[in-house]
Amino acid sequence: MSTQAHNWPDRLFDTLKRGGIRQVGYVPDAGHARLIERCRGDEEIRDVALTTEEEGVALAAGAWLGGERAVLLMQSSGLGNCINMLSLARTCRFPLLMLITMRGEWEEFNPWQVPMGSIVDPVLKLCDAEVYRVQQPDEVVGAVERAVQHVFGGEHIGAVILSQELIGKKVWTK
Amino acid sequence: MSLERRATMAALLAGRGDDLLVVPGLGSTTWDAMAAGDNDRNFYLWGAMGGAAMIGLGLALAQPKRHVAVITGDGEMLMGLGSLATIGIQQPRNLAIIVFDNGVYGETGMQPSHTQGGVDLIGVAEACGIKTCLDIRDQNGLDDLARRLKNVRETLFARVVIAADEPPRVLPLRDGVALKERFRAAISVKP
Repeated sequence: MSTQAHNWPDRLFDTLKRGGIRQVGYVPDAGHARLIERCRGDEEIRDVALTTEEEGVALAAGAWLGGERAVLLMQSSGLGNCINMLSLARTCRFPLLMLITMRGEWEEFNPWQVPMGSIVDPVLKLCDAEVYRVQQPDEVVGAVERAVQHVFGGEHIGAVILSQELIGKKVWTK
Repeated sequence: MSLERRATMAALLAGRGDDLLVVPGLGSTTWDAMAAGDNDRNFYLWGAMGGAAMIGLGLALAQPKRHVAVITGDGEMLMGLGSLATIGIQQPRNLAIIVFDNGVYGETGMQPSHTQGGVDLIGVAEACGIKTCLDIRDQNGLDDLARRLKNVRETLFARVVIAADEPPRVLPLRDGVALKERFRAAISVKP
């Protein structure tokens, strides 16, 4: 792959900056490692490490009450931790942008990742989220731009799914 | 010796300034805040159990020039205990988390909560690194907390021991979109 293909997390970060994101909630995740590093190094962005992903749904609601845009980074397993808290976004129409790195769908070594990974799409649809799936590096920026517009322009829930093929498989033996 | 919840909420919110934003937690503390007087700067919760403190954190970070008070119950706080760890790392200077602790789940029939069994929320908050942690058990303590709430200068956690009673419910608006819109309009945030 070219350098251009490998640096999609940096271009994703730039897209979030252009979209006016000021708070970033996350549970540490290998697939989001570079993006988290960029957020932590940016003076305009408040990075908020969470103990569980559902905290981020509430954080984003509070941010919007106060006039700021937040984004929630998670792995597919984290979506399951959010389900009841997503009621907050749905009932009050809080904009909620989730960037979800996939596990359990492509060359997955760990079978424990498969049950949640396999139901991410239907769960998101049941929760009224607009889903933007990304398979290739050159699709990242466009998908995130569309999601930002949809979520914050109309106070909706949106999820950009970063496929496991895009992220690359986890190396288990070193 | 314990405090009466409605009088406690009224004392905390008496003479509040426009710069105090309040997030009452799901259940009794929402009814208490409504009973103390409806206010556009209250974001009442009818759901999102375990989320009150984190809504307060997002709001406090977005509005650093205003004071944010999350006022919730022991059951609601227990469901989001990890958020105290998250807040301990962030330490926003303008956030107060106040827990009305009666040791029971009032909304579901007065079943005992972990605090009745000895779980110490003050100990948890201190262990999470929250700078000011107050154990409020009487009128003097309550008066001190009400004074601090007028000008929160560092992250504050308070456990307020209240009596396990159930005053008549005073229900605020239920429409979440309307609650959100009026809150945002009251503090003039842009769309």
